[in-house]
Amino acid sequence: MSATTAAPVWTKMRPKQGALTRLFDWKPFLAFICLLPAIGLLMTFLTYPLGLGIYLAFTDTTIGRSGIWVGLENFIWLADDPIFWNAVFYSVFYTAVATVGKFALGLWLALLLNQHLPMKSLLRAIILLPWIVPTVLSAIAFWWIYDPQFSIISYLFVDVLGVRDTNIDFINTAWPARWSLIAANIWRGIPFVAISLLAGLQTISPSLYEAALLDGASGWQRFRHITFPMLLPILAIVMTFSIIFTFTDFQLVYAITRGGPVNSTHLLATLAFQRGIPGGQLGEGAAIAVSMIPFLVFATLFSYFGLARRKWQQGEGND
Amino acid sequence: MTEAAAVNAPAPKQTNSSTAQAEMMSWDSRSRRVALLYVPLGCFLLILLFPFYWMTVTAFKPNAELYDFAQHNPFWISSPTLDHIRLLLFNTAYPKWLMTTMLVSVCSTVLSLFASTLAAYAIQRLRFKGSGYVGLAIYLAYLVPPSILFIPLATMVFQLGLFDTPFALILTYPTFLIPFCTWLLIGYFKSIPFELEECALIDGATRLQILWQITLPLAIPGLISAGIFSFTLSWNEFIYALAFIQSSENKTVPVAILTELVTGDVYQWGALMAGSLLGSLPVAIFYSFFVDYYVSSLTGAVKE
Repeated sequence: MSATTAAPVWTKMRPKQGALTRLFDWKPFLAFICLLPAIGLLMTFLTYPLGLGIYLAFTDTTIGRSGIWVGLENFIWLADDPIFWNAVFYSVFYTAVATVGKFALGLWLALLLNQHLPMKSLLRAIILLPWIVPTVLSAIAFWWIYDPQFSIISYLFVDVLGVRDTNIDFINTAWPARWSLIAANIWRGIPFVAISLLAGLQTISPSLYEAALLDGASGWQRFRHITFPMLLPILAIVMTFSIIFTFTDFQLVYAITRGGPVNSTHLLATLAFQRGIPGGQLGEGAAIAVSMIPFLVFATLFSYFGLARRKWQQGEGND
Repeated sequence: MTEAAAVNAPAPKQTNSSTAQAEMMSWDSRSRRVALLYVPLGCFLLILLFPFYWMTVTAFKPNAELYDFAQHNPFWISSPTLDHIRLLLFNTAYPKWLMTTMLVSVCSTVLSLFASTLAAYAIQRLRFKGSGYVGLAIYLAYLVPPSILFIPLATMVFQLGLFDTPFALILTYPTFLIPFCTWLLIGYFKSIPFELEECALIDGATRLQILWQITLPLAIPGLISAGIFSFTLSWNEFIYALAFIQSSENKTVPVAILTELVTGDVYQWGALMAGSLLGSLPVAIFYSFFVDYYVSSLTGAVKE
């Protein structure tokens, strides 16, 4: 039975196909269909809102009332608002300090992990934990660590080590609160930087180090002239991402201080949220959010072209 | 525990030190190695893990111990209690929040995996004119942060009548999941030999058959890591969930803990920490099963 039916099938070049099958096998149509879900979702919920956000920034929309075009009024109003300028200052400061901290410590951790260690994969898994756990939940843990009365760090310094007499004031005055938030952000950012840079370190060929050792290079010279230049391309990409997501950070600040004390720790994102959603001034909130865009574009271009200059000058294809 | 690991570590090192030293290419003495490697590494581990330890300890501590450092050593629990967890599970809507978060994460993960697999296949394998630009555009979409989008999205969600429903989150989460997954899967499809598909084409398979029967089974590790990334990212998402959800029973875990459990001036630290611990556990467990996929795809994605 099977032998008799198999014979005619063999003689055919291809099985007969219905019109629908052939339509789905037609490359342009198939490519269109395949791209439709992704592009459709992104256009509807990313590109359109991006344009809508820029439009809203020039209107006086509030919740429940569609606004009218007011031109630059929102921005002129913001330019006279010291809280806005404080948020701009703190966003830049927060991004700069946290990025430096994250990359210095993350690079150090990556260099440590790049050595011969027992249980390396377990170590890497453990180190990624702060990055996996929901930011808000670890931020709440930091909030508790920074508690004015029952802070464990204060306990350590006052009662165990005896170096201080009073509890440390973490989040109740402006500058300590700013530094405490930066510390929490660095804590959360180290694992991602370390694991990404570790991947970069592992691609560097050991023969380069052997050659340098034969030439009598010291440890610092090997780092300065081999590790660092070879790491630059990855560093540029990771740093671009890190700067963008630190500058637009929302969760840590919202969870720990909500912009307080006295609006001193507002980032642009938290200020936009506070004015836009609970405050109901959607137009003004959108204006604050839109004012992040120039900073982001500048930071991206700076870190990408600044750090990837070498690759770019050599005329290799950009990604 | 981690400190013990770091201290015990040098012992096995000693047995194969001759080979290890040759590979290390530097001639560090053992004490120097401890000072420059194990001590800093131990400090890193201590600092990175301490907040989790503190979270766990607080979650199981009775209130009497929690607020009395003089009588009890705060680093340890003398009489562990499940009171905070009981309070959380039976006196709040915590189980409901967990279910909502799970629903939203699973649905948005499935949706974005579906969309980004097709998109990655089209960009990497169908190679139409301009496919490179489409890929670049999707990559650039990843650089648009949610903090810029939440206000216009809030007005859209309101107009579409999705405000305060899980659909608002299921439909908006793919905006940051799809670019990442597509990017990751493009890299993965690139590693699958094209010859396999050509063989199938010669054998008379249609392109959809090729995708379904050849490319996808080979890309399962890539799909798994994209799935893990999407799941953890949507579990961790905060700003959309905060802006689009109002009623208590529809909130996701991160938002609910911050807005529903923090009441008045006296914080229930025990319950807050228990909630954070329980909210972190699903992601941590999920992650621990697939940690190798996770690390390799993270590093692979960065290398791309």
